[in-house]
Amino acid sequence: MMRMAMRAPGLLVTLVAIGTGAAWVGPAWAADDVPRGETIAQQGNGQGAIACMSCHGAEGMGNAATGFPRLAGLPAGYLSKQLHDYREGSRQSPVMQPFAKALSEDDMRAVSAYYASLEGLDLPTAYQAADPADEAEWLAKRGDWGNVIPACNQCHGPNGQGVGEAFPPLAGQHASYLKAQLNAWRNGSRANDPNDLMKSVAERLSDEQIGLISDYYATLPERLSTASIADKKEGAQ
Amino acid sequence: MTPWKPTLWVAGGTLSLLALSLAAVTQAAEPERDYQKPLPPAPPGEATFQPPLERDIPDNQYGDMVRLGRDIFINTQQLRGRYVFNDQNCSNCHLDAGRLADSAPMWASFGMYPAYRGKNDRVNTMAERIQGCFTYSMNGKPPAAGSEPLVAMQTYLHWMATGAPINQAMPGRGYPDLPEPEKAYDPARGAEVYAQNCAVCHGADGAGQQVGDRQVFPPLWGDGAYNWGAGMHRVSTAAAFIKANMPLGQPNSLSNQQAWDVAAYINSHERPQDPRRRTMESLEATVETFHQHGGYYGRPFNGQTLGDHANYGQDERPATPDA
Repeated sequence: MMRMAMRAPGLLVTLVAIGTGAAWVGPAWAADDVPRGETIAQQGNGQGAIACMSCHGAEGMGNAATGFPRLAGLPAGYLSKQLHDYREGSRQSPVMQPFAKALSEDDMRAVSAYYASLEGLDLPTAYQAADPADEAEWLAKRGDWGNVIPACNQCHGPNGQGVGEAFPPLAGQHASYLKAQLNAWRNGSRANDPNDLMKSVAERLSDEQIGLISDYYATLPERLSTASIADKKEGAQ
Repeated sequence: MTPWKPTLWVAGGTLSLLALSLAAVTQAAEPERDYQKPLPPAPPGEATFQPPLERDIPDNQYGDMVRLGRDIFINTQQLRGRYVFNDQNCSNCHLDAGRLADSAPMWASFGMYPAYRGKNDRVNTMAERIQGCFTYSMNGKPPAAGSEPLVAMQTYLHWMATGAPINQAMPGRGYPDLPEPEKAYDPARGAEVYAQNCAVCHGADGAGQQVGDRQVFPPLWGDGAYNWGAGMHRVSTAAAFIKANMPLGQPNSLSNQQAWDVAAYINSHERPQDPRRRTMESLEATVETFHQHGGYYGRPFNGQTLGDHANYGQDERPATPDA
């Protein structure tokens, strides 16, 4: 079984950020956002946005076959920004854009807080050297600097589990979705990343690298969990 | 890893100045050497040298030491509390684990040592140069020459320089020298550059970002950052690094002026004390001896004098190598 733990809900993180005076320009979260968001996720908002779970799954785990992303445990600020960007058009999707336009500001805040409150991945953070023979792992941990590609984990954190509100988790996300997004950045149809940070990298990735890295992150939590169980067995013997 | 307790910045009041003066009397009179002073600029031209690939590290004891050095280089935090007392890793300022041209690559610096430095009138070895990084950039204590961490790092550098010329300056070494900006660099303009280009990773407060106990984006000022003696606290060095390497994946995207301004903004923030201050009579004397390079140490800024405090970080011992 995958090691899971509650990720600090975005609500809490935001309150802490405000408390310490850090500059954070996201929405002000309300106490009833999570239950309201859950209602919208399960029933829609009655204003044209259907239940999020119809595509993103009952637990917000998404759908690999259709490429609908996992939302559970993603940072609220990140989710909220994506909804706004769908509404404004800086992120495009014929499926999502009409629903985003049907969501009010309050609705966006609520569903973002709800999905952020769901269980996310809690992967190891300890340094593990990359295997030079594993091209995908090398790209994730070391990058491809000959082609000015930093390691994915340099921004997305150890084991690609996400950093802050701007760098979403990659681990445990569906390969079909990751691949579609990298291609969208590369061809310019997605352009809502801070300072074009993802765009500049995606433009240099080859088709082969996109395929490899998408599969790597999609399957990483499972492989880490298997490795951890094997370690424990070895340790017990 | 030990939890990091933020230390309050202590203004250098009469008492601490007195204590430091006494310390100066009881310790060696000779000021510490300036190990972090950059070498003369690298020759112009495209860097063509290719360090060996990691898959070709030999499977023997030498190779084991190379891998250990590589691991220390990337995850220098494994020496936290022993030799490292801030949140930095070598690979923060030497990208691609010390392999990247124009990011102070190790294959280019390795053959430049031992090097004579007029400033301290001594020949400095590579071991001493690495020790300097621990004292200043890592705000820590240098591992002794011959100790495992230092041998591992020297072996990693030695391996990376396989086939590189000895005692010959190579293109790609250090950070490319940045021409002086048209307008005098200005932290206020730099603040805008920072907010737009840097804060998303390094934070509005310059503290970087962590996941769990792992530092992902390094702190640029404050307790977790390089100290007032590190090469990177020089505006010129930081500007050159930033221009050639930041933001990640977008080298040379900032203008020269932006790079200088943002370097000035970052380096006009408070950070741990210059360890050489311990051996000096006063802040003014430290400035006079070590800080004649256009930096902000010892200068009045926003109503306070930068570097006027006794915060040496977590380790209060003098920065001399462990036996």
